[in-house]
Amino acid sequence: MSTNENPSKKPGQVETTGHVWDSNLQEYNNPLPRWWLWGFYATVVFALVYWVLYPAWPVGGSFTKGVNTITFMQDGEEVTTHWNTRSLFAREMQSGKQAVRQREMLEQVGAMEYETLLADVEAMSFVNAYAKGAFGTWCAACHQTGGGGVIGQYPNLRDDHWLWGGTTERIEETLVLGRNGYMPAYRESLDGQQLEQVASYVLSLNGFAMNDTDVAAGGEIFNGYLGGCYQCHGADAAGLDSQGAPNLSNNIWGLVDVPGAANDEERVARVARFVHQGVQRQMPAFADRLSPTEIRVLTAYVHSLGGGQ
Amino acid sequence: MSQPMYEARVPIHPRSVSGRFRNLKSGILVLAYGVFFLLPWLRWERETGPSQAVLFDIPARQFYLFDLVVYPQDIFWLAGLLMIAALLLFFVTGIAGRVFCGYFCFQTLWTDVYMFLERRIQGERPARIRLSNQPWNTEKLLKLGATHASWLLVAFATGLGFVLYWADAPTMVRDFFTGQAAGAAYITAGLLTLTTYTFAGLAREQVCTYMCPYARFQSVMFDRDTLIVSYDQARGEGAAGRGKPVRDLKTREARQQAGVGDCIDCGYCVQVCPTGIDIRNGLQIECIHCALCIDACDTIMDKQGWPRGLIRYTSESALEGKKTRFLKLKTVGYGLAILIVGGLLVASVLSRPALDANVSQVRQPLFVQMGDGSTQNSYEIALNNKTQHSLDLEIRVAGLEGAVLDLGRVEDIILEPSQRTTVLARVRYTASPGSPSRLPLEFEIVDREGSMEPLRIGSQLSLRP
Repeated sequence: MSTNENPSKKPGQVETTGHVWDSNLQEYNNPLPRWWLWGFYATVVFALVYWVLYPAWPVGGSFTKGVNTITFMQDGEEVTTHWNTRSLFAREMQSGKQAVRQREMLEQVGAMEYETLLADVEAMSFVNAYAKGAFGTWCAACHQTGGGGVIGQYPNLRDDHWLWGGTTERIEETLVLGRNGYMPAYRESLDGQQLEQVASYVLSLNGFAMNDTDVAAGGEIFNGYLGGCYQCHGADAAGLDSQGAPNLSNNIWGLVDVPGAANDEERVARVARFVHQGVQRQMPAFADRLSPTEIRVLTAYVHSLGGGQ
Repeated sequence: MSQPMYEARVPIHPRSVSGRFRNLKSGILVLAYGVFFLLPWLRWERETGPSQAVLFDIPARQFYLFDLVVYPQDIFWLAGLLMIAALLLFFVTGIAGRVFCGYFCFQTLWTDVYMFLERRIQGERPARIRLSNQPWNTEKLLKLGATHASWLLVAFATGLGFVLYWADAPTMVRDFFTGQAAGAAYITAGLLTLTTYTFAGLAREQVCTYMCPYARFQSVMFDRDTLIVSYDQARGEGAAGRGKPVRDLKTREARQQAGVGDCIDCGYCVQVCPTGIDIRNGLQIECIHCALCIDACDTIMDKQGWPRGLIRYTSESALEGKKTRFLKLKTVGYGLAILIVGGLLVASVLSRPALDANVSQVRQPLFVQMGDGSTQNSYEIALNNKTQHSLDLEIRVAGLEGAVLDLGRVEDIILEPSQRTTVLARVRYTASPGSPSRLPLEFEIVDREGSMEPLRIGSQLSLRP
C-alpha cells in the first residue's frame, strides 16, 4: 500500500472527489473540459432531432419511421413513405431537375421526323449522349460498346455494309420486329472441291487474285442450279437486304475472318468451311421492351454511327 | 476546479485617435465598403446575358466580370489569381510588414466599423469602461442593446451584400425580403451575419492572435530590414528610462540632462491599440501594424513641441543606425514572380479562344473498313461558344490529302452564346499501301461570318490497330 502522504505534485491544483479510503487513498477529480461537455450535449440534441425525423429505433420486427417523408409516384399512384434513400432515388428520377430536362428532350426528339432529327446538331448531340446509355443496356451485349460488332458473330454497325438495309425506316423495322438471318449449310449439296471453287469465286469478287479455273467453276455453281447462291445474294453478289443477304463483293467480312487469314489457301479454306456449315442468326425484337421514343433515338444513333443511308 | 482551457479575454476598449494613418485607414475603409456594397448594383450592357457588371452565376456556370465571361474550364485562372495574391502578400510583408493586416484585412475593416458604432453609442474609452463595470441598469441595457443591434444590422448588410454577387441584385433583394429567394441565399446571408457579428463584434483581436494563419506566417517573413511599427527605445527611454513630465522634467533639455527619454509615459499609444498591447515592449505577435499608435504618439509629440516619430515605421537595421536595404534577394524574387505570374495570367485571359473545341477520337472501334475500300474513323467534336454572339460554324478537315469529312445530314452548326454541343464527325480515307498505321490530321473550325480566327485542332486517323 502506498505511503505517499501527498500524491499531488502541486497541492491544491487538482481537486479530489473528497472520498478517502484507507486513511489516505483519494481520487482525483478531473472534469471534462467545458467545450467538450457542450459538444457532447450538442450531439445528444442532434440525436434527438435525428430520431424524430428519420428511421432510427428497431421496435420488434419493425422500426420507428420518423416524421420526415418522401412522396413519389409508384405504378401510377402517389406514394408517401418514410425517408429512405431508395424512394429518394425514385423521386429524383421522376421530378429531379436533370431527369425532367432529359424527359423534355426525349419528348422533343421523339416528336421529330428522322429528316429533321438527323440534320439538327443539338438534337443529335442529345441522341448521342442518351443513346450511348440505352445502346449499352440493350445492344452492346452483342454489338459491343461502340457498335463495332464481332467478326463471325455479331454485325458491325459502324460501317456502310448493311444486311437488312441502312435507311432509318429499315433500321427502325429491324429494332421493332427483330430479324432472323439464315444461310443454309451446303455440306449435303456441295463436295469439298466445289466448296473451294465457290470460295475462290467469292474471294475473286473482292479483289483477291485466284486460280482462274476455280473462279470460273465457282461462278457456275454460284449462279447456277447447283449452288443457287444468286437467289439471295443476287447475280452480281451485291446482296439483297429484304432477305438479309449480304453484299459479297465489297471486301467487308462480317462472318468469315478473311482479313485475319495469312494466305490465299487459308482464305479459301475459311470461306469454304463457312459455306459448308451455313449460319443462322437472330436479332431480337424490341417492340415490347422499348418505347417508340427510345426506338427512335436508338435508330438515329445507329444511323449516325457511320454508315446510315 | 480544473485549469481553464484558455486565458479568458481581457476586454479592450480602444480610445479613438486622429492623424494621418487614421485618415488613410478611414479612406481605405470607405473605398472598400463602397466597392463591396455598390459593385453588385453596377449595371453593364452586354449583347446577351445579365445586365449586372459582376455576377457569379453558379447554376449557369458562368462568372461575369464586366466584359469578361469566365467559364468553369478557366478555373486555372483562379490558381493564377491566388498565386498573385499570396506572392503579393509575401512581397509586401517582406518590405513593409503586416500592411495587409493593418489596412486591408476584412477583420480589421469590419472591426473598425464596429468600434466606430460602439463609440457613437457608448461614448469614448472612459465612458465605455465605466459602462462595462457598472451593474446592469436601464442605461447599460439600452446602450449595449443598441450597440449589438447596430452590429447585427451591419452584419446582416454584409451577408446580404455578399449574396448579391451571386444573383441579379435588385431581383435578389426583392425575393429575399418576400421569402422567395433560394434556400442557399438565406443560409449564406445568415451564416455571414453570424460570423461577421461574432468575429468583428465579439472575437475581434482574438481572430488575429489565435485564429489567423496569415498572422503567424507573416511574422516569420520579417527580417531586420522590414519596415515595422516600432518604438524608438533609444530616444524614448534615455539612460534613466521614460518619465512623466513632472516639475523638473517639462522641457526636452531638462529631461536630456536628467537622462530621461522623450517618452512621457502618457499611455496614449496603449489606449488606442486595437489588440491591447504596449508597442514600447517591442515587436509582438499581436501587433497588426495598424499604425494608430504612431498617430497617438505624434499627437502627443506635437503637443509637447518635440519632433514626431518616437513611434514610427522603421526597420530594426535603421534603429541600430544601419541603412535599411529594400533591394534584397527575397523582395526582388517575389517581385519578379508576381510579374511573371501576372503576365502569364493577363496573356492567358487576352488570348482566350472565342470557341472552346475538343476533338476526341472514337476508340470503340478505332477504325472500320468501308464498302469502297476506304477506312473510316469517327470523332466527337465538343464545341462551346464562349463569345457573346451566335456562331455559324463550318467544320473542315485539313492536313491530310484525300481525307473526306462526313457530318451525316448535319449542315448548319449554329451555336448561340454559351451554348455547348457535340458534333459527330466521320473521316474517310483511302490508304495507299505502306501507309503508317497512324496519320495526323487537323479539324479546322471556321465561323462562316468570319467573326473569329479559324481554329485548328490536331487529331489523328488510325488505319490499323
